[in-house]
Amino acid sequence: MDGVSFEVGRGEIVGLLGPNGAGKTTTISMILGVLQPDSGSIVVEGMDLATDRAQALGRTNFAAVYAPLPGNLTVRQNLRVFGLLYGVSGLSERINALMGQFDLEKLGNVKCGVLSSGEQTRVALAKAMLNQPHLLLLDEPTASLDPVAAREIRARIRQFAVSGAGGVLWTTHNMVEVEDVCDRVLFLSHGRIMLEGNPKTLPEEHGQATLEELFIAVTREPLTQE
Amino acid sequence: MKLTATWLRPVIAVMLRYCYLLRGTPARWIPVFAWVAIDIVLWGFITRYLNSVAASGLNFVPALLGAVLLFDFFTRVMHGVAVVFLEDVWSRSFLNFFATPLTIPQYLLGLVVAGTVTSAISLVVMLVLAAALFGLSFFMYGLALGPFLLILFLFGISLGIFTSAMVLRLGPSAEWLVWPVPAVISPFAGVFYPISILPHWMQFIGKLLPVSYVFEGLRKIISGGAVPATSLMLGGGLAVMYVLLACWFFRRVFRHAVRTGILARYSAESLS
Repeated sequence: MDGVSFEVGRGEIVGLLGPNGAGKTTTISMILGVLQPDSGSIVVEGMDLATDRAQALGRTNFAAVYAPLPGNLTVRQNLRVFGLLYGVSGLSERINALMGQFDLEKLGNVKCGVLSSGEQTRVALAKAMLNQPHLLLLDEPTASLDPVAAREIRARIRQFAVSGAGGVLWTTHNMVEVEDVCDRVLFLSHGRIMLEGNPKTLPEEHGQATLEELFIAVTREPLTQE
Repeated sequence: MKLTATWLRPVIAVMLRYCYLLRGTPARWIPVFAWVAIDIVLWGFITRYLNSVAASGLNFVPALLGAVLLFDFFTRVMHGVAVVFLEDVWSRSFLNFFATPLTIPQYLLGLVVAGTVTSAISLVVMLVLAAALFGLSFFMYGLALGPFLLILFLFGISLGIFTSAMVLRLGPSAEWLVWPVPAVISPFAGVFYPISILPHWMQFIGKLLPVSYVFEGLRKIISGGAVPATSLMLGGGLAVMYVLLACWFFRRVFRHAVRTGILARYSAESLS
C-alpha cells in the first residue's frame, strides 16, 4: 500500500474497488488491526488503532467471505461468543433481534459449518451488526449469493447506513451493486487510490460509458488522481 | 488493567466458546478422562507388581504412582491451555477473534481458565482412581501437596502459552510441537529418580525446571523427611517467572504476526 488515505463518514457507504491483488483486503485487514501498516495511522472516531486498539475495534465490525464464523459452533453460540467479545450489553435481546432481522430464528441451533453460503453470509452479517458498529467493513459480502439473496443483503446494509448508525466500507467486483448501493467509490490499483468519486457520475467524468468500463480502464492504464 | 465485569466479558467469551465445544463433542472428553485413567491403571498395576517382587519392602505406590499422577496433572494443564488455543487454529478463528476488542491478556486468561477446568476434572479422575483402585492417599504428602500442585499448575500454564506462541509464530503445522513437550521434559525433571543420578549437564537443566523441585520434594516426604521451604520457593519462583516470560513471548509473537501479516494470512504458514 502506498499513500492510501480516505475517510468513511457516518451514514455513508464507500465502495472500495480494484482488481485482484490491488490491496482491498489488505486495507480492510489493516483497519481491523490484524495487519500493521508500515507508516500512517488508522483512526476510528478519534481513536488511533495503534494506541487505542480495543476501543477502536469495539466501534468496528466486519463480515468477509474468507472469514466464516467457527463452523463447530451453532448460530446462537457464535452470536453469544462474539457478543461477549464485543462487550454488547443486553446481549440476549440483541441476539434475538438480529436473528429476527436476518431470518435466522430457525437456524439458531444449527452449526455454522453446515449452513449454505447464503445462510452463512446472513449469520456473518448478524455478527457484524452485534455491537452496532460505527464502521462496518464488508469484504465481498454478496460474492456467494444468488441475485435475490444479494438484493436482500444490499437492502439491509443500505438500511443500516440510512439509519445513520455508522458508515460502511464495502469491497466488491459487482459494478451494478456499487452503483446501486455506494455513495462514493475509491478505485484502488497497485496499492494506491487512483480515483475517487460518485459512482453514478464518475464514468462520465472520465470519458467512460459505465462503471465497469472505467474499472477496466483504470486497471489497464492507471489514471492520475487529478 | 482492572478486573472489572466489562474487562472480564471477552475472557468469559473465550471460556464459553470452549465450554460449547466440550458440550457438543464427546470426543473432546477423551483426553480429559481416558488418557489419565489409562495412565493411572497402567502405573497402578506396575507399582503393585513392584511391591510384590521388591525385597526392600518399599511401597512404590506413593513414590511411582504419586509421581505419575502429579506429572499427568502437569501434562494436562499444559495440553489443556494449548488445546484451547489450537481450537482457534483448527476452526481458523484468528481473524474473527483478533479483529474484536479482545486483548492479549484477556485472551491468555481465557485460555488458562478454560484449560484449568479440564485439567481440574482430570485431576479429580486421577485422584479417585488412584485412591479407589490402588490405595494412594494424597494426605500422606501433607501440606506440601498444595505448593506441589501450584508449581505444576503454573509451569503447565507457562509451557501451554509458550507452545501456543510457537504455533502462532510457525503456523498450523507446528502443532506437533505441543504434544511431546512433557515427554521431552520428563528425563530432566526427575519424575521417577533423583536428578543427582543424572550427568551434570542434565542436572543443570533439571534445576532450571520448577517441576524437578516437586519430584525431589515428593521423594523426601516418602523417605520420611520434610521438604525444604527454600526448595518450594525456588520451584514456585521459577514457575512464576516462566509464566511471565511465556506471556511476554506470546505478546511479542502476536505483534510480529500483526506486523508481518502472518495473522491475516495464518493458514499460509509463512509469507515467503
